[in-house]
Amino acid sequence: MKFVINVNKEQRTVDVDPDTPLLWVLRDEMRLTGTKFGCGVAQCGACTVHVDGAPRRACVTPVSAVEGGEVVTIEGLAGAEADAVREAWAEYDTPQCGYCQSGQIMTAVALLSAKPNVTDADIDNALAGNICRCATYVRIRKAVKAASAKLGG
Amino acid sequence: MAPYDTPTASRRAFLAGSGGLVVAAVLPLKGRAQSGAARAFTPLAGEEGYAPNAFLRIGSDNIVTILIKHIEFGQGPWTGLATLVADELDADWSQIRAEHAPANAALYGNAVLGGIQGTGGSTAIAASFMIMRQAGAAAKAMLVAAAAEAWSVSAAEISVSKGMISHPATGRTGAFGEFAEAAAAQTAPENPVLKTPDQFVYIGKDMPKLDTGAKSTGAAMFTLDVYRENMQTVVVERPKKFGAKPASFDDAGARAVPGVVDVKQLSAGVAVYAQNTYAALKARKALDVAWDDSEAETRSTEALAQERLERARQRGAVANELGDVDQALSGAETVLEAEYVFPYLVHAPMEPLDAVIARGADGGVDVWMGSQIQTLDQGTVAAVCSVDPSMVRINTMLAGGSFGRRAQPTSHVAAEAAEAFMAAGGETPIKVMWTREDDIRGGYYRPLIAHRLRGGLDGGGNIIAWEQVVAGQSFAAGTPFEPMMIQNGIDSTMLEGASVLPYHMPNFNVSLHIINNPVPTLWWRSVGHTHTGYAVETFIDELLEKAGKDPVEGRLALMSDPKDARLAGVLRKASEMAGGMSAPQGRARGVAAVESFSSYVAQIAEVSLENGAPRVHKVWCAVDCGVPVNPNVIRAQMEGGIGYGLNAVLFNELALADGGAVVQSNFHDYRALRISEMPDVEVEIIPSVEPPTGVGEPGLPPIGPAVANAVRKLTGKTPRRLPMIKSMGA
Repeated sequence: MKFVINVNKEQRTVDVDPDTPLLWVLRDEMRLTGTKFGCGVAQCGACTVHVDGAPRRACVTPVSAVEGGEVVTIEGLAGAEADAVREAWAEYDTPQCGYCQSGQIMTAVALLSAKPNVTDADIDNALAGNICRCATYVRIRKAVKAASAKLGG
Repeated sequence: MAPYDTPTASRRAFLAGSGGLVVAAVLPLKGRAQSGAARAFTPLAGEEGYAPNAFLRIGSDNIVTILIKHIEFGQGPWTGLATLVADELDADWSQIRAEHAPANAALYGNAVLGGIQGTGGSTAIAASFMIMRQAGAAAKAMLVAAAAEAWSVSAAEISVSKGMISHPATGRTGAFGEFAEAAAAQTAPENPVLKTPDQFVYIGKDMPKLDTGAKSTGAAMFTLDVYRENMQTVVVERPKKFGAKPASFDDAGARAVPGVVDVKQLSAGVAVYAQNTYAALKARKALDVAWDDSEAETRSTEALAQERLERARQRGAVANELGDVDQALSGAETVLEAEYVFPYLVHAPMEPLDAVIARGADGGVDVWMGSQIQTLDQGTVAAVCSVDPSMVRINTMLAGGSFGRRAQPTSHVAAEAAEAFMAAGGETPIKVMWTREDDIRGGYYRPLIAHRLRGGLDGGGNIIAWEQVVAGQSFAAGTPFEPMMIQNGIDSTMLEGASVLPYHMPNFNVSLHIINNPVPTLWWRSVGHTHTGYAVETFIDELLEKAGKDPVEGRLALMSDPKDARLAGVLRKASEMAGGMSAPQGRARGVAAVESFSSYVAQIAEVSLENGAPRVHKVWCAVDCGVPVNPNVIRAQMEGGIGYGLNAVLFNELALADGGAVVQSNFHDYRALRISEMPDVEVEIIPSVEPPTGVGEPGLPPIGPAVANAVRKLTGKTPRRLPMIKSMGA
């Protein structure tokens, strides 16, 4: 079945099973491989994308549910919050294996877009759904706070 | 300066790459599995094509690419090894890039692992410290010689700094790229002069990691991100019990799913081949497989734990002894006994296991995977595909974590990919993908281990006897690692950290029972130290408490042997960082110190109880790993080791129910530590000129016992059955 979806500000047409999760449409059909598969059941956050600016788990979001919406992946992530987060990520050399980091950054940017001035509790609440088995959490926390400070939060 | 006792290059050869300088070193290897000849490398589309059978290449564009023989899955070898080359080369850090070296044991064998190409035992820096520096120094000497020739000046008058070659007397300067081709024609220096530590420009500094940028934009390529034209995705329906085999299956439902190409029985189970991932996953759910459980493990983990505990109550094969422990125990004023159970643990790296395999234009086989032991994976694919190992090109990919999971003595993922590929005709590219459920239920766990300890104190509070019996599975038996790991019935990795203690014990006995069963097990970040560190460091803490001694001073007093001076050093440092062991109201501090993989780490954890479960607020960590090559990477590895270890001791147990089926399946019931559960971590690195040692694993062993010792102060009891939330009923 054909679907027209807006990904990273581009209209894309895909012909897939309607219950296909957005994750596999992004990866298999569009080769946007920055969005990762980690659990398939919305437990780990590695597949986090933005749908209309809000973080969504692409692994449990059927492609049919995002028709008409605007999807942004790590590849298309841009703007002041994204720049501040990536700069802070570099400052703390946050990633280790890196596999969860797209999801961490997508969630962090969504948080800072909604609330530029974040507390530790805000960070814990917003990012508790993003697992990092390397436990880069100490640096994620510092980096999100640094990004928040840069944004004038 | 202390001599660096690390492997060195014995012979150097310099090969002309296309338009640049390529430096190769042939290593002194013993018993390497096979000698891979230099061969063409098939890079991913869009990458520049050289024959990078070497440690670095310098392009005419001034880019210096370091070929990294160790897999990068977060522990930092890309940055660490590149730092060593860049320092001796006097390159500018901005011109440095890293990529994985191809599989070639002759060029890239790990002397610390017996010459095979592989990563493990926290050896990347230790095994590469001299080799990578020599590669950089030799390249610099050849660039200087080329510049001297071009400028008709003496090489001795030329200096190199930050990627620029200059001759101050004439004011001439040039970048590396200008001389790369001419340098390739120079004779390799037999013994390139290495810097003295005071000349280091990058070693010892927090150089920015080379992979952070790509890992912040989605550009970093992992195995799952590899797509080939006409590639099919394969997922395998695996047995529910370890040792079971498919008896029969009905694939009508699976074949009806659009996009499904085929269904085949493989060694591991029943494989679905599909044109896309979702079709493969959907079709696998529609399979109806009947299993033959006749050789399966049907006991529960509770039964397995009891079996191990019973065995541990009798002395096993003795690995080390001193004095007469039985006599000392019978004459002791106080005897303390403790039994511990350590559960099966899953590694659960963020990227589940996967591999891509395709036929090359030359009839060889190309493999893309997070290969941790390239030589074994290469040999295994060669055997399954009936080609010479030299025709198997392993493209080592960045991997989403490993923690031991990708280091497979059986090469079972490479074997599965190769078998799936050949079963489909050996031409169509195949991606084999494990789901999280496959990962959690697929075995290769940290073994289920029981310990029994007995300690004796005399009337003066001196520890006069220590007996430890360990019982569990050995994962080395029957693998290429058996000769290295098992001698006289003792698997040394099961007793590392127990057979030799940093504490002087006049009467001492450590023994082992190896009990094998069909659940596949594997090394897991810090291997034997995951359980020996916990048992030893909680038991010594209890004995010291019984003797009325301070946990820090009491330990230091027992570290009388010169070999324990560095462990004593980190223990003193951690205590100084924490400002002692007293904690605010409602909290307690616990300490532990463990040497593992020749690195020394002490940690103090500050803990409270929340709803009956430990909450860790802060960890002070001191580490001595010899020359610190990149302090920021070392701190990151201490943080990561603490988080990974804490995760396991607090929450994790892989359980088998009665009948043998695995209980857990995904992160909802195999709980991963969340950001809100991560303590604040403060790390200090002991300055040192000793040879550098690893940091990927050593940060882990002390955290469990440090937390347990704090828990004992809060509850009066050491959690002796892990995970803590289970034994504490939280």
